[in-house]
Amino acid sequence: MGEFFSKLFSGTIPLEAYIVVSLIMFFSGIYGFLSRKSLLMILISIELILNSIDINFAVFNRYLYPGNMEGFFFALFTIAISACETAVAIAIVINIYRNLNNVEVDSMTELREPSANETEIKEVNE
Amino acid sequence: MQYTLLILVLPLLAFVVLGLVDSRWKARTAGTIGTTVMGIVAILAYYTAWSYFTTANPGGVYQKFIPFQMEWMKFSDQLHIDLGILIDPISVMMLVVVSTVSLMVHIYSLRYMEGEKGFERYYAFLSLFSFSMLGLVVATNIFQMYIFWELVGVSSYLLIGFYYTKPEAVAASKKAFIITRFADLFFLIGIFLLSYYTRTFDFDVLNSGNATVFAGTAGLSFLGLSLMNWIMALIFIGGAGKSAMFPMHIWLPDAMEGPTPVSALIHAATMVVAGVYLVARLFPVYYFFAPEVLHGIAYIGIFTALFSAVIACTQTDIKRVLAYSTISQIGFMMVGLGVSGMGGHHGLGYMASMFHLFTHAMFKALLFLGAGSVIHAVHSNEMNKMGGLRKYLPVTHITFLIACLAIAGIPPFSGFFSKDEILSAAFEFNPYLGSLLIFIAGLTAFYMFRLYYGIFWTKEYKHEHIPHESPLAMLLPLIFLALVTVFAGFIPFGKFVTNDGADYHIHIDLVTASVSVAVAAVAIAISTIMYRKENKISDRIVSSFSVFFKIVVHKFYIDELYMFITKKIVFRLISAPIAWFDRTLVNGTINSFATVTQWTSLQIKGIQTGRVQQYAFVFLLSTLLIAALIIFI
Repeated sequence: MGEFFSKLFSGTIPLEAYIVVSLIMFFSGIYGFLSRKSLLMILISIELILNSIDINFAVFNRYLYPGNMEGFFFALFTIAISACETAVAIAIVINIYRNLNNVEVDSMTELREPSANETEIKEVNE
Repeated sequence: MQYTLLILVLPLLAFVVLGLVDSRWKARTAGTIGTTVMGIVAILAYYTAWSYFTTANPGGVYQKFIPFQMEWMKFSDQLHIDLGILIDPISVMMLVVVSTVSLMVHIYSLRYMEGEKGFERYYAFLSLFSFSMLGLVVATNIFQMYIFWELVGVSSYLLIGFYYTKPEAVAASKKAFIITRFADLFFLIGIFLLSYYTRTFDFDVLNSGNATVFAGTAGLSFLGLSLMNWIMALIFIGGAGKSAMFPMHIWLPDAMEGPTPVSALIHAATMVVAGVYLVARLFPVYYFFAPEVLHGIAYIGIFTALFSAVIACTQTDIKRVLAYSTISQIGFMMVGLGVSGMGGHHGLGYMASMFHLFTHAMFKALLFLGAGSVIHAVHSNEMNKMGGLRKYLPVTHITFLIACLAIAGIPPFSGFFSKDEILSAAFEFNPYLGSLLIFIAGLTAFYMFRLYYGIFWTKEYKHEHIPHESPLAMLLPLIFLALVTVFAGFIPFGKFVTNDGADYHIHIDLVTASVSVAVAAVAIAISTIMYRKENKISDRIVSSFSVFFKIVVHKFYIDELYMFITKKIVFRLISAPIAWFDRTLVNGTINSFATVTQWTSLQIKGIQTGRVQQYAFVFLLSTLLIAALIIFI
């Protein structure tokens, strides 16, 4: 521990510090994804998770394989892909809003409506 | 003689074209096309007949030609179904009959069916029928015949049900189709058995009279009757269905719901004699290998002839009278075939039967077309709405009278010659049979003149409009057929059609002829007394035989018997248990599979909430669990 803090205050940030930040971001994202009811918040949580991964890529590349660029490129790729994903997701969210007038995940039960489903099966049988 | 293929192809093309354009063309165009095509076909048929009968008998015996033959479906080296054209005396004779009557009906219908809804459809179906019937008569093998046999059945069904908005027409078309189809089932079984044992479908091989062909059936029998007899009887059942032999005659009178020209073409002249043609086509097989069945055909024929002649005396719908008379005359033809032997003088019955088929087609088509002309004038089928029409319909009257005289067997009209040959053949076979036939011929004369007087004489019915003679397009076929009826008797038919192909000189048996003419004359005289002027004689006779009369008016309750058998016995005792088995056992098994699956899925469907967050939570927990397991164990 002493080594960690001495490194921290001596100007060189240790690898673990980055990982701690990335870990906090990752689990905040997971928590948000599981607990939030608004689609937009869920989307933001996913962004958090992706960004924590980006940090990991960059940090591991910087500390473990200095001089190589693969990790940075992967981080860039991930950013691009997460941007695309967000665009698609936002489009879906907007369409859901148009249909249901809200973006709460709990209200999206169209495909599993239990009562309607059961009566239909019964009708087919008879 | 490759051009004979056109005889089949042209009507088929006409059917396709007319069927596809439907009502996009003017009705008149469709009618003209159909009629023109039929005209060309008729000319080709006449040319075929002329060139065949003038050139094909170098040694005094007519040769068979197969100008066209192709292998249609080949299953194995032995089992293959061919399509071809067989030209021999009876097929050429039938070509002439079918194309002539069909052409006449085409011309007649141009005015008779004018303004009907579905005029193009009507002509398309007529073309289809002509195609099928021509294909049937030129078939080279029994399977090809069966194919066209079914096709004529279908076109008959379509044409009977032409007025498909009328419930009676729909019922009649179904009845005709189901009964003939039921008979065709036996025909098909017969074909299968025959081809299984003989390894061929070909008429040429079957008719060669060569016992080795049928060697496979030797010694085999079933229920005391030899296998060959069974096979030929099964095949005859198919013919009996189409030719309305008892007890499968019940569809023909109902088939009169169709348009009258259709009745003339299909249900009088051509399709209903298909059964006679079938027996004639396979005559050598019947004669040499199933003579018992051949005699059975004669007895069925004479029973049917008597039975339907009796019914015809009581019917009041003019088309139904003609329908029963048709059945009766087909019975005559069957008798002719049944009593016939092979070759020379013994083959008289065969020749007479074909001769009668020819003359009957002409005069019965004439009678039906004449009846159509009457119906056209008074808009009713019922005899009591007619009477005294001779003043208004002079041409129809004269032609109808000619046809009546012909069917009654009065010389010199054609019916006399052909019927007389059948009578003398029957006399040679069995005098009792011959006497009964003469009696039936007398009945024929009686009911035909009852019909004639009922339409054209007796008391005049008060019509709202004065009935008027039919237009020229309807009268021309009448006049043409009347001329044929007058002169066809003088055709030396024995020169053309005999069962061994050799020349046979027809000579009139004076005794038989004079007796039958005398009987016919007496019958006509009785009919004249009873029906020419309105009087009470017929009513008195009816009331003195009231029970018998009632039975006959109800056609011996055969229809009711059929309904009883199907509804009370077949439906209740056979169909109902089968339906129960199907609904409860078969359906029940399948349904219980479904029920079990559904119940199980309903029980476990709570797991599938569809909430992604829940899934993710479970996923996360499990991942952590697995990670913990990996790390700590």
